[in-house]
Amino acid sequence: MRIISFVEALREGTDQLLAADDSVFLIGEGVPDPKSIFGTTADLKSRHPTRVFDMPISENGLTGVAIGAALGGMRPVIVHQRMDFTLYALDQVINNAAKWFSMFGGQKSVPMVVRMIIGRGWGQGNQHSQNLEALYAHVPGLKVVVPASAHAAKGLLVSAVRDPNPVIFIEHRWLHGTTSDVAPELYTVPIGKARVAHAGRDLTIVTWSYPTLEVMKAVEFLETQGVGAEVLDMQTIRPMDMPAIKESVRKTGRLLVVNDAWKFGGLAGEVLASVSEDETLTLKARPQRLTYPDFPSPSTHGLTKNYYNGPREIVEAVGRVLGKKLDLGAVTDYQATRTHDVPDQNFKGPF
Amino acid sequence: MKDLYYKMLRIRRTEEEIAKRYGEQQMRCPVHLSIGQEAAAVGVATHLSEKDFMVSTHRAHAHYLAKGGRLTGLISELYGKADGCAKGQGGSMHLVDWKAGFAGSTSIVGGTIPVGVGLAFASQLKRQPQITAICIGDAALEEGVFHESANFASLHKLPVLFVSENNLYSCYTHLKDRQPARPLTDIAHGHGMRHLTLDGNDCFAIAAELKPLLTSLRQGEGPIFLELQTYRHLEHCGPNNDDHLGYRPTAELQTWRAQDPLLITRKQMENKGLWSAAFEKEMEDKVFSEVQEAFHHALNSPFPEPSELGAYIYANH
Ligand SMILES: Cc1ncc(C[n+]2csc(CCOP(=O)(O)OP(=O)(O)O)c2C)c(N)n1
Ligand SMILES: [Mg+2]
Repeated sequence: MRIISFVEALREGTDQLLAADDSVFLIGEGVPDPKSIFGTTADLKSRHPTRVFDMPISENGLTGVAIGAALGGMRPVIVHQRMDFTLYALDQVINNAAKWFSMFGGQKSVPMVVRMIIGRGWGQGNQHSQNLEALYAHVPGLKVVVPASAHAAKGLLVSAVRDPNPVIFIEHRWLHGTTSDVAPELYTVPIGKARVAHAGRDLTIVTWSYPTLEVMKAVEFLETQGVGAEVLDMQTIRPMDMPAIKESVRKTGRLLVVNDAWKFGGLAGEVLASVSEDETLTLKARPQRLTYPDFPSPSTHGLTKNYYNGPREIVEAVGRVLGKKLDLGAVTDYQATRTHDVPDQNFKGPF
Repeated sequence: MKDLYYKMLRIRRTEEEIAKRYGEQQMRCPVHLSIGQEAAAVGVATHLSEKDFMVSTHRAHAHYLAKGGRLTGLISELYGKADGCAKGQGGSMHLVDWKAGFAGSTSIVGGTIPVGVGLAFASQLKRQPQITAICIGDAALEEGVFHESANFASLHKLPVLFVSENNLYSCYTHLKDRQPARPLTDIAHGHGMRHLTLDGNDCFAIAAELKPLLTSLRQGEGPIFLELQTYRHLEHCGPNNDDHLGYRPTAELQTWRAQDPLLITRKQMENKGLWSAAFEKEMEDKVFSEVQEAFHHALNSPFPEPSELGAYIYANH
């Protein structure tokens, strides 16, 4: 056992990838600076001076440059401190990275990784808190991975860098401080495979990225009431491991998707649609989604407390799926002990 | 002169109070302070009226106040209160005061540049003699959107004043690690714009130099690019000094701190015999009570009603 943080796992994985393969390079605004992308790139410049770069504040152009470098035989990893900043680069990602393979008849693909960090809490507001995963997952030609643990972060990063296609690597700021058992050597977590985070017979809860933690917390409160939830941590949202979801739903007959993103046009709906379409599946209850409300996160903490879902809202949603009134007392008390806009009590802002 | 000093002092003391109280964790949003850069904001705003527009960036407190944005609106916004200038929806990086012509600041680098050009386009189409000042940093010039916007502004001779506060850094990265060694104004030249570089800490000089240029802008002579060389005293984001990180050389820090805009202005006033202990006290007292009142007001203001959550998605008319 070796328990390290999500940040340290990413840093170690990147370091080992740079060491193992001369074609890998890392670029991003602030990569070698004292804050080193929340610590994920600390010391990498001194360890690999010729292949680790700071970059001008030019997300669009540099994403295109990374694509060109990938076509030229390199394996770029480009990192953005907020997913919101990658919107400048949408043209390059969608029109070029995702298309170079298909539009030229499968001659050359773009082996590139784009790391994007999602913010939350502490007044991040409309332009620093968006989870635009559905935008990227919508696009054929892109793969989108969404690790929920330090172990998955390192393993998926390795898979992403070795993948011949452009991979969007989405990491949630609130996962950065979390820890798990991480193997010291290079290893992979396969892209496109879900993980059963908890086994159960009563309903299937599908989730990914940060809310996986909240679901696992909710599971504790469900168990005390005799509710057995099967939790699937998807790990990748494109391609989505639909067979794993269906296998679980076949067993439980009930489905809840917990997704920290907007509901309309989002991936929770995609899961529901795929399950509903499958004539071999019989559901015992209507499948449900628990998502962000369909509007941007405001800045004020006076309002964000009613924006984000926690274990309480998850237990409540499970009750709706089961058609049962579950006791919310204990989970409500638990949630009241947390400050809703920080990942942990040590977090003092500002980002 | 006295008025400009007062405006700078008011911004300085406001931001010092924000820094002092930030640790109380009641202002729960990222703050980018302009301490050290007040002269740029005040100098640029001096000959603009509330009919003229200004847009800005993540580092907007000084611009907002200099343009005439309400102080209580700013402080309440930082506290996330209902009477904040954006009703608590925005936070520090999203300030607005339409009455003062402050059309908005946003947190995406370069995001407001084309918006400012668009405001000026509307003024031109409506034949209104308004100017739009687009306040940006030095890094915003690296975004493609700057060049597309500058090209269009120049092509249509729009009444735009691009103000690039060159504080040498984007977060922790020096200009020399982001752009080739050439004056920022060469870029403006390439876009066919008039351009000039001024000491960004000399408020009087900025105001005086701009006066005739702003008139020419109103007369339709085409956009101007102004580089103001200045320096941020505190960390990129947050209330603290971050000298210990070592990304800014000590000598550089000392040189620039010695050129504090408030000190420069004070010296100039002394030379003109406009400075006195009584004047200093009068200014400090006045600003102190205004700032304290704004904080008192914000702290006692209510948060937005829960019904305000999601209340502003679509306009109805
Ligand atoms: C599109 C985009 N990329 C990156 C960032 C992160 N960021 C926030 S402020 C900043 C520095 C910008 O530097 P500059 O324009 O010189 O303004 P200064 O902070 O020095 O006032 C950066 C890179 C962002 N907000 N938006
Ligand atoms: Mg700067």
